[in-house]
Amino acid sequence: MAKPQKNQVAMREQAPEKRTKNFNEVPYGYSTEEAMQEAARCIQCKDAPCIKGCPVEIDIPGFIKAIKEEDFKKAIRIMKEKNVLPAICGRVCPQEDQCQKVCKLAKIGEPSAIGRLERFIADWEAEQGEIEIPPKPPSTGKKVAVVGAGPAGLTVAGDLVKLGHEVVIFEALHKPGGVLVYGIPEFRLPKSIVAREVAYIEKLGAKLITSFVVGKTKTVDELLKEFDAVFIGTGAGLPKFMKIPGENALGIYSANEYLTRSNLMKAYLFPQYDTPIARGRSVAVIGAGNVSMDSARTALRLGAEKSMIIYRRSNEEMPARIEEIERAKEEGVEFHLLTLPLRYFTDEKGWVNEMECLKMKLGEPDSSGRKRPLPIEGSNFRMPVDVVVVAIGQSPNPLVPNTTPGLDMGKWGNIIIDPLTAETSKKMVFAGGDIATGEATVIQAMGTGRIAARSIADRIRPG
Amino acid sequence: MKNYGKPANRIVYAKALSNDVKLFEIASPYIAQKALPGQFVVIRHREEGERIPLTIADLDRTKGTITIIFQEVGKTTKDLGTLKEGALLLDVLGPLGVPTEIERFGTVVCIGGGVGAAVIYPIAKALKSAGNRTIAIIGARTKELIILEDKFREITDELYLTTDDGSYGRKGFVSDELKRLIEQGCKIDRSWAIGPAVMMKAVANLTRPYGIRTIVSLNPIMIDGTGMCGGCRVQIGTETKFACVDGPEFDGHAVDFDLLMKRLSTYTREEKCALQSYEHERRLEPADKIKTSNSAL
Ligand SMILES: Cc1cc2nc3c(=O)[nH]c(=O)nc-3n(C[C@H](O)[C@H](O)[C@H](O)COP(=O)(O)OP(=O)(O)OC[C@H]3O[C@@H](n4cnc5c(N)ncnc54)[C@H](O)[C@@H]3O)c2cc1C
Ligand SMILES: Cc1cc2nc3c(=O)[nH]c(=O)nc-3n(C[C@H](O)[C@H](O)[C@H](O)COP(=O)(O)OP(=O)(O)OC[C@H]3O[C@@H](n4cnc5c(N)ncnc54)[C@H](O)[C@@H]3O)c2cc1C
Ligand code: SF4
Ligand code: FES
Repeated sequence: MAKPQKNQVAMREQAPEKRTKNFNEVPYGYSTEEAMQEAARCIQCKDAPCIKGCPVEIDIPGFIKAIKEEDFKKAIRIMKEKNVLPAICGRVCPQEDQCQKVCKLAKIGEPSAIGRLERFIADWEAEQGEIEIPPKPPSTGKKVAVVGAGPAGLTVAGDLVKLGHEVVIFEALHKPGGVLVYGIPEFRLPKSIVAREVAYIEKLGAKLITSFVVGKTKTVDELLKEFDAVFIGTGAGLPKFMKIPGENALGIYSANEYLTRSNLMKAYLFPQYDTPIARGRSVAVIGAGNVSMDSARTALRLGAEKSMIIYRRSNEEMPARIEEIERAKEEGVEFHLLTLPLRYFTDEKGWVNEMECLKMKLGEPDSSGRKRPLPIEGSNFRMPVDVVVVAIGQSPNPLVPNTTPGLDMGKWGNIIIDPLTAETSKKMVFAGGDIATGEATVIQAMGTGRIAARSIADRIRPG
Repeated sequence: MKNYGKPANRIVYAKALSNDVKLFEIASPYIAQKALPGQFVVIRHREEGERIPLTIADLDRTKGTITIIFQEVGKTTKDLGTLKEGALLLDVLGPLGVPTEIERFGTVVCIGGGVGAAVIYPIAKALKSAGNRTIAIIGARTKELIILEDKFREITDELYLTTDDGSYGRKGFVSDELKRLIEQGCKIDRSWAIGPAVMMKAVANLTRPYGIRTIVSLNPIMIDGTGMCGGCRVQIGTETKFACVDGPEFDGHAVDFDLLMKRLSTYTREEKCALQSYEHERRLEPADKIKTSNSAL
């Protein structure tokens, strides 16, 4: 066998100067030839470390082989055995920390481009028009309520309907997808793709009811009277603020609000869409995770002259994916590291116009293992800003826990589950995704969803 | 299991209470089962539309309907107002917010300014049923804008009406009427004030020195209504609260009304632009129709 190419087949993408003027997706995806060429690099390891690196254990060499052999139908079938949302995962999973991290090709060059191939095969299927629906299994007569239509809830729903259970998904917002529709921007994950993947789960037979807040419209206890089991996948939707002076000024948003206005409500299309958003000239985003990068890049596309990341630690500690940081840098986002916001100043109308910051330096590692940022005495300075996005994290959404007696909660407001079964302290109530684990990733949410589906199926089996 | 389906949210009854105040009764069985006084819904009526919060002004559990009463102040409410009986609303979410604390307090005064009268009506009704001596003060700019007078008369022990221009009831503000009551020696155990922020602020300032507990219902700009965005944050004493999940009712003596009013003006420019282009389009509409019928000739 010929030696594999050292490097991945590159993916074509929109140039930075061009893409900051629109909300279209940045990478274009592989062509058939490119995908087959990349698939040919995989050496089909017998022990396949990549499978173990994948939180949902996709048969990675299997689907890659099918792509190489131009049997795309087979490739998508293998993929969907384990992952019902491949077009999404192919785009947003941190493959560099998972399957690609352990790929043996990494020893001689770049790992196999598993994520890009996953994306390719999912997009190929969508282009074929009618999506293949597996035959409907006989009904078991058992009913499961899924609360929240994010990646965790959608996975549970998909897995359980495939087994013949009746599933109803209750979603508080008017659109399903969770963070995938309200948080992650169009240029990273087109909303038509989320809609397509949700439609697939509905075609499998799951019922979706939007604009239904569990805890308000009905409680979990009420659902338990009508369903055999309840899965809670309500996510980490509560925005954190820094609680510093001036933070309620006009023009200061939580990342959730900023991104929800832009993505879910399509404020970037105002006035064609009715929801407005402040289009700042000088936008400061506080924090340096994926959410911060999404916010800073959104600000550029909304016309900001200056879009800045303000982060109290240094380059190495930034929690965002390297790829996202790179993209933000290419697009001209400024990085103000070792900088801590202290307070905001406003004009006479209450609109934020200046931010006071303090310079930091790194000290000894703290409990998280990261070097602790220490203030540099007297280094205070001010910078002009007219929009601020606070992206320092989200906590679990308290609405369901607060209205569900008997649910044991952790210190961070998360629902405590048995990691092996996703069971909560309440009988026939299961939980997974960010509400149980705290802020994590799409694939981890799907992973806990899969565990929950398996143990729900065990529990409600007739007899 | 009931046959779950997305409720159609049909408008079963529509009525104009004044030139720009409309009442809709909406078939919304889940919400009608659950709603309590003081709670609200979030409505989105078309695909490109905003999500706006409106109070549940009344409900009928057996019919499975809720009533909303809204003033046409901008693009969304004006467009909503064009809907007729039988129309379907895309999304109605609720019941949201913490219900009003209803108890037997003794003598209570409910003060409603403008469309705030609609918001305070279910509260006054519940307070009366709980055995309180219930006094209502309802005010508006002018006679035409006084709403629900008959309904308030049915459920209150005393009803006072005010108009800014003196065209109906007593000339002046609702706070003037309240001041008169207090000065006449009326012993008030608790009061509710709901209406424009300036009015709630005036009432809270008036009752503070007398130590009359005053509950206000805040109306910041909202999106989700479920505590997810923080856009609705308000300052209560030294704390920041999310009005949609922690409120909308708060202790009026602790609210930072100036901040609320400033935050309500965040999108004044955009709202004006949206309204202008909307009204422009509506004016063009009939003309367009004529054009198409002409070309058909
Ligand atoms: C801006 C942003 C960017 C991100 N980027 C990435 C990325 O690139 N890669 C990655 O892997 N991860 C990323 N993440 C993290 C990832 O999106 C989450 O970990 C994942 O979505 C969690 O899934 P979930 O199903 O647990 O919850 P969510 O996606 O949060 O979904 C929860 C759903 O439940 C609904 N809900 C909440 N309360 C109720 C209720 N009471 N009744 C009914 N419904 C309710 C919510 O409306 C929501 O739709 C990002 C997160 C954000 C915010
Ligand atoms: C809990 C709550 C209950 C309410 N109940 C009622 C009610 O029963 N009847 C009624 O007539 N009004 C009520 N309101 C106010 C109503 O939501 C606004 O009048 C409406 O959103 C205006 O939208 P618009 O597009 O027509 O006007 P716009 O031109 O967009 O705005 C007019 C003004 O309304 C406010 N506003 C705009 N968008 C929103 C929004 N998304 N959320 C809240 N306020 C906004 C702003 O201060 C703005 O200056 C309530 C508000 C809240 C928060
Ligand atoms: S580890 Fe890499 S090379 Fe080996 S099977 Fe998995 S993807 Fe192919
Ligand atoms: S409206 Fe979003 S948190 Fe209150």
